[in-house]
Amino acid sequence: MELLQHYLSLATKSIFIENMILAYFLGMCSFLAVSKKIETSIGMGKAVVFVCGITVPLNWCINNFLLKEGALSWTGIKGMENVDLSFLHLIMFIATIAALVQLVEMIIEKFSASLYTSLGIFLPLITVNCSILGASLFMNERAYTFGESVVFGVSSGSGFALAIVSMAAIRFKLKYSNIPDGLKGLGITMILTGLISMAYLAFSGIQL
Amino acid sequence: MANKILSDPLIDNNPITKQVLGVCSALAVTVKLEMALVMAVALTFVLTFSNLTISLLRKYIPMNVRIIVQLVVIATLVILVDQVLQAYLYDVSKQLSVFVGLIITNCIVMGRADAFAMSNTPRDSILDGIGNGIGYGTILIIVSIVREILGTGQMYGYQLIPMSFYLENGGWYMNNGLMLLAPGAFIVLGLLIWAQRTYTGFVEE
Repeated sequence: MELLQHYLSLATKSIFIENMILAYFLGMCSFLAVSKKIETSIGMGKAVVFVCGITVPLNWCINNFLLKEGALSWTGIKGMENVDLSFLHLIMFIATIAALVQLVEMIIEKFSASLYTSLGIFLPLITVNCSILGASLFMNERAYTFGESVVFGVSSGSGFALAIVSMAAIRFKLKYSNIPDGLKGLGITMILTGLISMAYLAFSGIQL
Repeated sequence: MANKILSDPLIDNNPITKQVLGVCSALAVTVKLEMALVMAVALTFVLTFSNLTISLLRKYIPMNVRIIVQLVVIATLVILVDQVLQAYLYDVSKQLSVFVGLIITNCIVMGRADAFAMSNTPRDSILDGIGNGIGYGTILIIVSIVREILGTGQMYGYQLIPMSFYLENGGWYMNNGLMLLAPGAFIVLGLLIWAQRTYTGFVEE
């Protein structure tokens, strides 16, 4: 019960208080590019939750069984317990993400045509989405356990999905408003994101 | 031609305000001028050398695995930068936290590698890298100056607004703490984009 409560508070924290986009600015590029239509933003949101939920735990395994100082001691080879490969974590994380995204794309193309049509076009975009790599790096920096990394992966992805879908809904209404020429598009989207993020600041008082 | 490649990304085709690349880090590292400067130098270095390497290899990279090849080149350069920062500028590297690592997925580096270096000569690619790096750095510096002055009353760590102006010292002034938080970054950048687009006359449909 204690554990469940801990996971629940971690999930709430990473969805609302430390939202990937609104508090850490991660994934802004795809956030700005894909939030023009509600349908596409829902697709992108789903894809991010999916990939984030898989890559964060996977990178946790790589970090803890291959890269950390002493992580290789399970091999039983003498001298391995002193090996520290943690400077390689950046390249390993991004390689895992790139390879996994490619693999996931091939698998769902073969087994689920409907899922592929809804996620397919977003998957290549996700490799270079900062929020995916960012989630793995935060996992590393904050030294989460395996269970925490699963919860963190899924919920930080959900935070991204929530923000992108709400932005798409606002931009849909924006079509009918009269905006100064230079502010159209990117400018007004930036300012609106600022306002949403100001609203999300209200969550930061929550004690969990 | 060479001048055009170098100067175009500064204002007219700025990576952040026009091409919409690399916005994430532009917002995150602009709390203080010092952080913004380090980030700008780091990114310019990575961008220039990744452009050079990709451009030298462009005839040997197969089209369908080009993303992975580009990522490996960029990640190697970023590891170099990360290790150097940890060795010589440890405090700044702690403050930048994950954002040095995130240069890998910074869309400017990937975008320029894919859009420019894959189809141009090494010399032009270097110029393009430097130009885009400086264009990115300019925006970072402007945003961070605004945020640091309004948020803390300081510039590069020096107190700019006299202490006697402050409310607690019997004055009338108060720092705007919101500028240091996420909303401040979004709004300052939004207004900067407005100013830049009014100047160049670019209108997005």
